[in-house]
Amino acid sequence: MAKKPAKGAKFEYAPAPESRDIARLKPSYQPYINGQFRDGTGEAVKTINPADETPLAEVGEAGEKDVDDAVAAAREAADGVWGRMSGAERGKYLFRIARAIAERGRELAVIETLDNGKPIKESRDVDVPLASAHFFYYAGWADKLGYAGFGPNPQPLGVAGQVIPWNFPLLMAAWKIAPALATGNTVVLKPAETTPLSALVLAEIIAEADLPPGVVNILPGGPSVGQAIVDRAASGAIDKIAFTGSTDVGKLIQRTLAGSSARLSLELGGKAANIVFDDAPLDQAVEGIVNGIYFNQGQVCCAGSRLLVQESIQDELIQKLKRRLGTLRVGDPMDKNTDVGAINSAGQLAKIRELAESGEAEGATRWAPECALPTKGFFFAPTLFTGVSQAHRIAREEIFGPVLSVLSFRTPGEAIEKANNTPYGLSAGVWTEKGSRILSMANQLRAGVVWANTFNRFDPTSPFGGYKESGFGREGGRHGLEAYLAH
Amino acid sequence: MTTLASDLRDVTSSDAALRRFLHGLPGVDQVGAEARAAGLATRSIKTTAKVWAIDTAISMVDLTTLEGADTPGKVRTLCAKAMRPGEDAPPVAAVCVYPDLVETAVDALRGSSVGVASVATAFPSGRAALETKLHDVRDAVAAGATEIDMVIDRGAFLAGKYLQVLEEIVATKQACGEAHLKVILETGELVTLDNVRRASWLALLAGGDFIKTSTGKVTPASTPPVALVMLEAAREFVDRAGEVRGVKLAGGIRTTKDAIKYLVMVNEVAGETWLDPHLFRFGASALLNDLLQQRHKLTTGAYDGSDYVTVD
Repeated sequence: MAKKPAKGAKFEYAPAPESRDIARLKPSYQPYINGQFRDGTGEAVKTINPADETPLAEVGEAGEKDVDDAVAAAREAADGVWGRMSGAERGKYLFRIARAIAERGRELAVIETLDNGKPIKESRDVDVPLASAHFFYYAGWADKLGYAGFGPNPQPLGVAGQVIPWNFPLLMAAWKIAPALATGNTVVLKPAETTPLSALVLAEIIAEADLPPGVVNILPGGPSVGQAIVDRAASGAIDKIAFTGSTDVGKLIQRTLAGSSARLSLELGGKAANIVFDDAPLDQAVEGIVNGIYFNQGQVCCAGSRLLVQESIQDELIQKLKRRLGTLRVGDPMDKNTDVGAINSAGQLAKIRELAESGEAEGATRWAPECALPTKGFFFAPTLFTGVSQAHRIAREEIFGPVLSVLSFRTPGEAIEKANNTPYGLSAGVWTEKGSRILSMANQLRAGVVWANTFNRFDPTSPFGGYKESGFGREGGRHGLEAYLAH
Repeated sequence: MTTLASDLRDVTSSDAALRRFLHGLPGVDQVGAEARAAGLATRSIKTTAKVWAIDTAISMVDLTTLEGADTPGKVRTLCAKAMRPGEDAPPVAAVCVYPDLVETAVDALRGSSVGVASVATAFPSGRAALETKLHDVRDAVAAGATEIDMVIDRGAFLAGKYLQVLEEIVATKQACGEAHLKVILETGELVTLDNVRRASWLALLAGGDFIKTSTGKVTPASTPPVALVMLEAAREFVDRAGEVRGVKLAGGIRTTKDAIKYLVMVNEVAGETWLDPHLFRFGASALLNDLLQQRHKLTTGAYDGSDYVTVD
């Protein structure tokens, strides 16, 4: 064995960029109303690539008249064809959409990464397959609604107004549209202003699937378009609002709809606790923590942004975690080996920076692995704070970025108390090899989703939604049908 | 036995202490380990990275023949290939044979950098008296083997007789003298990842220079989650004991694609230190030819058929 090492051992991964051409980007995109792509009456805005700040395409935003037209078309489709169609027939359309998303998966993944900044590995392996799976799942429900537990003959509500965020643009569109269509509702959906492209490609897919005009209408635009849709619900022209986004906007919507007959479901912010006990499978817990807060640059409402670790293993876990963070590859989202991509917008980056600075100012210890960030684009290194207390802003406010706050606990009771000590309640994680402890924790955690020995695991069969200021109503699973059914 | 950090010195003092230690190791969540291994497998290794990875993998191969039909002629052919795999490819790390063929391999490899590894200890089952197994080892070492691949007593391990397993490894290490000891865990018979972690630590505590997955005679042999757990153990052993030990994956690794996936895992789970034939090996026979074919394709752009690499 008296041999020298073969090389100066350093495994440098060569760039492995996905091709931008696959996105088939068009110079301009239009709203989709009543089965037609047509110029919006709002402004034309450029959507940019957050990884290099260059414009990708021009998007014609919708105006008030477009909202009226879309709502009218959706109403006609709901009353005329879609609401009366048999579930089996509606299911066929949904299956067709599901297949088309899968078939155009690569194109959708690339367009999502270009517009959003998330790593291609995530859009390819998570966002797009889950979006397709969501349509497949609800397609299966369309002809079985009488057996879903909401009475023998549950009826659609009518027209659903849906407003979705920029963190999972295509997936959130699927979460909203698939259950609404399966239950016989029609849809007016507004994608986020910074990420309209994948929803408009989905509109192409829907058009090619030959859905009757007006069943799905997609209106790109800013807050004013969202406001206009909510206003139509307040006046009775829309029967239901489904919103995913910030808690502040959620409260505004709830105020606007107070006293109206419109139904409402909200999926809002979170400040999830990821709780690691001393008997946890530590290496997998490290993976779960990483997946919990650095997945999608931490821009996830259910992100595990607070790590609650049992004090007796804190040092060991933090050491393992830091080593693991050192292996994360931050940079070009289009590179297939990138783990952490770009923050979606300059505004979001500023907010993350401001909160991270508050963490330092309030006395927590900031740490990030050495990593060279690209000079252009909106990037933020994966960061963790130790020595965080419940009183710090970084332990209370949703950062919506790749920033982890580490807190410790001594007993299960203290873990519960700290985990629940937040106005939010969307998700939580429990790491222990002890099955009985998992069940006991899950019973006491005030969170809509509790993951055990995993985190940020999504499946269309599983309901998702919040407690407290994280919102109400469930999306996904049989439960997700209820938000769109009169019973 | 080597000197260990103080907190580890006592864990091998009794069966009870050893059991407490091994069962006190953090558990391995099977689903999580599989997900991590699958995630690492999506790394895209192209162009210059691939060139580097292929040559590195070739230099880490223990070119192996472990058949009842092995003859001196077969072993000499293999040794020729080991020293000069083809074109300007680097030599492999070692040739691995049964003890009675060590002498032939030593003769054939004289003057080269290629080591001679021999399986011993009643390979592959390990079902023989300790003295017989040690005799097997001494024979191989006396014939000139520079590396010994032993098998642990899986029966004793599964029966919870950890100290017995440890003491056999310690005795084998002594019988090895200067030769390096690779400890085969036969993970396909240990089945659970918790067992793999415990057996890895047991072998490392006993002084094994390498922990090795499999004999190649049991299915499943090397799997990505098993490799993950063993690489984690090697990394942690450095933290706890201050000593760097090697990992060898053997059995079922036949393609360049698989080898590169494992190198990515070595790089990201254990660390760059292990990207070195002193600390990481592939036990394989068919793998080398696939590496050579892929290497040829990268240099010429054309994939030539199996008739252009030698059958050994």
